[in-house]
Amino acid sequence: MTVVRISDDALALACGADAVAQAFEAAGCQVERVSSWGMHWLEPLVDIDGTGFGPVTPADVAAILAGTSDKAIGAIADHPFITRQQRLTFARAGKSQPLSLADYAATGGWTGLTRAFAMAPADVVAEVTRSGLRGRGGAGFPAGIKWETVRKATGDRKYVVCNADEGDSGTFADRMLIEGDPFQLIEGMAIAGHAVGAAQGYIYVRSEYPHAIAKLNAAIALAADRIAPFRIEVRVGAGAYVCGEETSLLNSIEGRRGEVRAKPPLPAIEGLFGCPTVVNNVLTLAAIPHILAEGGASLYDSLGIDRSKGTMPIQLAGNIKHGGLFETAFGITLNELIHEIGGGTASGRPVKAVQVGGPLGAYIHPSQFDLPFDYEAYTGADALIGHGGVVVFDDTADMGALARFAFQFCAAESCGKCTPCRIGSIRGVELIDRIRSGSKPLDPVAALPQMHNARKAPRSRNEELQLLEDLCETMQYGSLCALGGFTPYPVRSALKHWPEDFA
Amino acid sequence: MTQEQRIAEICAAHAAQEGPLLPILHDVQAEFGCVDAAAERVIAHELNLSRAEVHGVVSFYHDFTAEPDPRPCIELCRAEACQARGVEALVAAAETAADERVRLKTVYCLGLCSVGPAARLGDTLHARLDQAALIKLVQSA
Repeated sequence: MTVVRISDDALALACGADAVAQAFEAAGCQVERVSSWGMHWLEPLVDIDGTGFGPVTPADVAAILAGTSDKAIGAIADHPFITRQQRLTFARAGKSQPLSLADYAATGGWTGLTRAFAMAPADVVAEVTRSGLRGRGGAGFPAGIKWETVRKATGDRKYVVCNADEGDSGTFADRMLIEGDPFQLIEGMAIAGHAVGAAQGYIYVRSEYPHAIAKLNAAIALAADRIAPFRIEVRVGAGAYVCGEETSLLNSIEGRRGEVRAKPPLPAIEGLFGCPTVVNNVLTLAAIPHILAEGGASLYDSLGIDRSKGTMPIQLAGNIKHGGLFETAFGITLNELIHEIGGGTASGRPVKAVQVGGPLGAYIHPSQFDLPFDYEAYTGADALIGHGGVVVFDDTADMGALARFAFQFCAAESCGKCTPCRIGSIRGVELIDRIRSGSKPLDPVAALPQMHNARKAPRSRNEELQLLEDLCETMQYGSLCALGGFTPYPVRSALKHWPEDFA
Repeated sequence: MTQEQRIAEICAAHAAQEGPLLPILHDVQAEFGCVDAAAERVIAHELNLSRAEVHGVVSFYHDFTAEPDPRPCIELCRAEACQARGVEALVAAAETAADERVRLKTVYCLGLCSVGPAARLGDTLHARLDQAALIKLVQSA
């Protein structure tokens, strides 16, 4: 009987994978649901003995089985999109069934955990430090140093919290990892628990990811014996973007408003319920099993450039022809990512801008596309890598409108605790509207003779732009967390490179 | 069973969890379609919190609503990646098709950023939407 492998990743389902699977079953095939290869423009992708077909509709089934389909792409593993990658975290993508413990064990699963459990906690942390792994959520803080702080902290209870509140537009790597390889995340968390002395782990998943939540709950039940005495529980978010910020996330798990906490104290010292807590992103924790396997730390450290070590699962999204998940060592340029790998825009029009790092990331101009993918290089260019999302815009994009959207998004999602973010974002929307529509006429009340301190003339465009710069500075340096603090990145970069869109 | 008894039962089912408020609110929202003032009062009593504390949490999160909305709800992603793929041009037609019968809710990101515009109806996801496909989805809701 022909075995047909089709992904059950949420993105494949959204593209109609279930209907394709049913059509193959109706044609007498045996269908196996596997993780996604990450070639999203080809989803639903059908894998028959390693040969790929995509994107497939139920109408293509007969031709595929007859060997006459024009949707054949040859051997999937030899596809240039796959062969150019260096997959460590996503090594199983497309190859294994997400909830099969047999598949997981057969592909090297649990070797890191077994080795870590036999080691002293301090040695486990030392290996993580030696690998050079940095937090993949956006801040890029060295994981080993965070773990060492928690390990040395005193407390009756300690926690490992996984941040799976992947709210950035243009990112889906956490979702793909959870849906495609949940045991790898569970293994990474169990290793973290052993290393820092925590018995309880929480995974905070956003409510927009129902499929990921279901997979995780099933996987945790299957793996409970394997990771004992460590326990993991899934907590579901409630639609607040700001809960991706670690202290706000901790408040949310505790059952409070998702408001940001002032730091210090760091969560590593006083985190969940006041106890020492490791908070790491999904991709950080999922990289751990590989690092703890024999020789894994050295291999990880040998990849990448400068202080950005290992691999980064980059997410190619937005108006791009070949979108999907591209895991590679640090150092790759946007030119390679967008033109060579991504094939340019999906619309076929010229690329105008690329936003790297989610809604708080800078808009990058094509003249900067030779920038190497590296934490420090991006920081030096007033940009950020964030969670590795790359959103491409073609020449129809209105950068003034996108800068306005950055403020609007900040206003909608602000937790409200600090003034620069709560009020500044609203003032930012108004300012950009004024800049784009010409200054507003002088307020009649402001013109009254008794209003001694009010302006007597409307602001000029230059004065409005200066005010915008002042506002950005206040938000950047005065906000409690990255939501208000990084909103100036997209605004300033849009204004700097595309001032004509603000006329 | 009254609503009050049922909510007390939901609270009891989560009694063993640390920080049980969000899981309780999710269950109440799913079962009653909202977390209203009466529900807040019961939850506050069961968890030994003030009503203000519970209301503060309910009103903070987008997922919890004070009143039920029995209409079918389509969540349309309008974040940057879907904007780059042209979602804004579809909104007016979708609103016309939805009229008052369907609730069209803006969300920021469904994690389908390489195949947008994307929408969610219940737990089913839809990608690569053009105007015709989105209108069809709204009409089917």
